[in-house]
Amino acid sequence: MYSNEIRGAFYIAWKDLKTYYFKAPNISWGIMFPVVMALAFLLRNPSGIKDLAPGLIAMAILFASTSAEAIVIVFERRTKTFERLLLAPLSIQSILLGKVLGGIIFGFLIANIFLIGSAIFLGTTVSNFIFLELTVLLGALVFSAFGTLVSVYVKEIFDAMTLANFFRFPMIFLCGVFLPVSSMPSFIQPLAYIFPLTYAVDLIRFFLTGTYDVINPLIGVVVLIAYSTILFYLSVLILRRRMDQ
Amino acid sequence: MKTYELNQSVAFSSEKPVKMHYDKEKNIVEVKNLTKYYGKLLAVDKINFSVKKGDIFGFLGPNGAGKTSTIKILVGLLKPSSGTAIIDGKDIVKQIVEIKKTVGVVTEDSNLYDELSVADNLRFAGQLYGVPKPEREERINELLKRFDFEDKKDVKFSNLSRGMKRKVVICTALMHNPKILFLDEPTTGLDVLSVRILHTMIKDLNKMGVTIFLTTHYIEEAEHLCNTIAIIVNGKIKTVDTPKNLMLQTKSKNLEEAFIEITGLREEIMLVEKGGMIKNVQ
Repeated sequence: MYSNEIRGAFYIAWKDLKTYYFKAPNISWGIMFPVVMALAFLLRNPSGIKDLAPGLIAMAILFASTSAEAIVIVFERRTKTFERLLLAPLSIQSILLGKVLGGIIFGFLIANIFLIGSAIFLGTTVSNFIFLELTVLLGALVFSAFGTLVSVYVKEIFDAMTLANFFRFPMIFLCGVFLPVSSMPSFIQPLAYIFPLTYAVDLIRFFLTGTYDVINPLIGVVVLIAYSTILFYLSVLILRRRMDQ
Repeated sequence: MKTYELNQSVAFSSEKPVKMHYDKEKNIVEVKNLTKYYGKLLAVDKINFSVKKGDIFGFLGPNGAGKTSTIKILVGLLKPSSGTAIIDGKDIVKQIVEIKKTVGVVTEDSNLYDELSVADNLRFAGQLYGVPKPEREERINELLKRFDFEDKKDVKFSNLSRGMKRKVVICTALMHNPKILFLDEPTTGLDVLSVRILHTMIKDLNKMGVTIFLTTHYIEEAEHLCNTIAIIVNGKIKTVDTPKNLMLQTKSKNLEEAFIEITGLREEIMLVEKGGMIKNVQ
């Protein structure tokens, strides 16, 4: 029975990847946005190029995992194709897991393009490759679950983009993407601890360079797992309520 | 309020709760005191009815009568506020995932994936229902052949005509060999030829042993296809009987007349026909 549920989740993810993710606009948005942001930062501070890789990779995960994820369910609700998933003999958890998986896979692939790009163009070296990849997966899980939550919460696609950006853009500037959290003004630093991107950047930094800026990596992993679980189950809860309205 | 004598084991008065004698061998759907509230709004009011195995069962009612809410509860898209239904021996409250394996649903909208081809849409449906791969591919080819659109196999769903889309949607619902097929307004907006094709398809499926649960606003469609008709008004079942008996009981020439009589729409229709709904503003 569980194998049916997991298999169903994978089929949903694969369908989403084919239908929504592997499309030129989505791929270009996932790649172009972090590149443009990074270039803007480099123009301001060319000497910071070596510290850029962790933030760049984390930002790539954030935007790749949420760009389609935040609108997929709201779009499918509008076209009534989401009803088709709800009619299938799968639990709500498995349906949403399938949705989250699509974002994870896409986020993971785009992050690895940035990882290779960083190695080639920025001379980035990796301290622990396997743990780095696991961190990328964990980051993609958090942000994909965030995208799913946004998508089940809102009723219109425009609202999904507004709500997703309400969190995504402040995160870019508050979570140590361009500037380590420890070198930010002290009154801003507590805000950084609220957002999961801070922990993702810090973990990626640790597995690239061997040093961390914000928090012990083990605690960072626990925080990201907790975030993923909370965001995912909030999505399940909201969807259950929506189904009864 | 009138109560009509029924050929089911109970006469359906909307005023009192009813007791039914269920026959698990005979019936594929048994609805028991099913109730649905949306906040304070009562959409479905303690309804009871059963659907015989192999029947073409028409579920009719005016707009807002509770048809869609009832169907959504039966197929697992909504939870009942109270009461339950047994489908193929399983309880919709406790075993909805199991029930979904034996039920096919064709919703009012042609809600398949525009970007995917006909075959990919059918394949995805088979995957969701856990149909094993070899059987899945065989089933796709079988359905394409049986319903005569093998040439459309690789065509994107978005490029099909409206009638063809409905055919594909029905085939999608058949991928897992359901025992009962719920059809919600299957012919809305289709041309005469597409309607005829779908009617033939529905009859053929029924001959193959699939029980059909049909909702439609086209009463003549129900008269043409259904063996049994249930009429729901304001969330309450008014009657369940054969089209012939409904016409006899109401002394009507056709099912539409009987429907108007049973639903109490006669006065409103007369008002419309007299032009009473349009006020003279001069």
